Amino acid sequence: MNINMTLIGQSITFFVFVWFCYKFIWPPLINALEERKVKIADGLAAAEHGKREQELAEGRAKEILREAKDQAGDIINRGEKRAAEIVDEAKDDARTEGERLLVAARAEIDQEVNRAREDLRGKVVSIAVAGAGKVLEREVDEATHAELMNKLVAEI
Amino acid sequence: MASESLTTSGYIKHHLTNLTFGPFPEGHEHAGHWGLAHTAADAKAMGFWAIHVDTMFWSILLGALFLLLFRKVARNATADIPGGMQNFVEWIVEFVDGIVRGTFTGRNALVAPMALTIFVWVFLINVMDLIPVDWLPQVATLLGSNVFGMDPHHVFFRVVPSTDPNATFGMALAVFALTIFYSFKIKGAGGFAAELTMHPFSSNNKLLQLVFIPINFLLEFVSLLAKPLSLSLRLYGNMFAGEMIFILIALMYGGGWMLGIFGGFLQLGWAIFHVLIITLQAFIFMILTVVYMDLAYQTGEH
Repeated sequence: MNINMTLIGQSITFFVFVWFCYKFIWPPLINALEERKVKIADGLAAAEHGKREQELAEGRAKEILREAKDQAGDIINRGEKRAAEIVDEAKDDARTEGERLLVAARAEIDQEVNRAREDLRGKVVSIAVAGAGKVLEREVDEATHAELMNKLVAEI
Repeated sequence: MASESLTTSGYIKHHLTNLTFGPFPEGHEHAGHWGLAHTAADAKAMGFWAIHVDTMFWSILLGALFLLLFRKVARNATADIPGGMQNFVEWIVEFVDGIVRGTFTGRNALVAPMALTIFVWVFLINVMDLIPVDWLPQVATLLGSNVFGMDPHHVFFRVVPSTDPNATFGMALAVFALTIFYSFKIKGAGGFAAELTMHPFSSNNKLLQLVFIPINFLLEFVSLLAKPLSLSLRLYGNMFAGEMIFILIALMYGGGWMLGIFGGFLQLGWAIFHVLIITLQAFIFMILTVVYMDLAYQTGEH
């Protein structure tokens, strides 16, 4: 329990050690800790930011999807309408075409009827002339009665 | 140790004597020369100019170990993912930093590194107490007698610097000097003097105040001196008592195998309990240092 120079030696050692720690150990360690703290804070903030961005993007995606659906529905509606129109048009076309064909056919029929009538008229004239000749039992001058005959024919 | 260690008191005395280097006193056979004390009486007679080689050796070795280890980590410290060692060091640094932040209200960049140094250094010094009491002294005896040609009886060796009051007083005095220095620096000579003389009794009456000043000074001066004294004695007392118990337990190994086995269990139990004490004492030394520094920085009423 002798008090001696060790006391002073220990004090000096203490100061040297504290100075060394103060100079070379504490600052780099505390700086590293501070830096990490900042880094972690930044990282957390970035994560938060990313999360918010994602939420926004999800909202946008939903919006776009909804719009696309609307558009698709629109297109389908328009397509259906167009299809109905086309069917109607086709019906109309068919009807007009049918009518046109009908008219043409009627015209042809009329023509045929007229021709047949002309034919018949000619034949009737000759039959009538032959009949009249037979009735009169004499030759009838065709040239003389042609005008008469034609009048007759026109009346038929 | 031979003849000396045959007696119980001789064994204990041997364990409690430092390896002392100093001038041999008048009347000694080596009077006028410097050297290692041969006996406890020699060491005592060497007076103030002697130095405890073992105390200085272990405290400097352990302090250097701490500084080198931490310096190595500090140099490679990164703000990225820390490795195992850095993690460990950072844990201690953050622990100390938190305590200093919570306790010390002034602004002084020295306090936190000082607290760290005290905590780790004192802890390492105290840990030496857990090494069985005879191991290192026996190694020292072998080294001393075979390498340095010393008489093995004269190789004294104490491995726990904190059981040497010189070491604890030395540290406490250094802390005391710092608190005095910062008291002067922060409060000025007048402020510091006022702190010592104007409390706890004060009066508006000038005459009465004059009477109070010596009383206040007596009270405050004693409490001022009590700080380093209690700081060092607390550590010294705890560690010395712990060391003493280890020595007493170690004595049982010489008392037959029954007593030896019992002693073994006792030593284990006491060591486990002592782990708590050495950590606690290192912590208390650190936190009281921070508190004293904080008091030095307090300028208002207290």
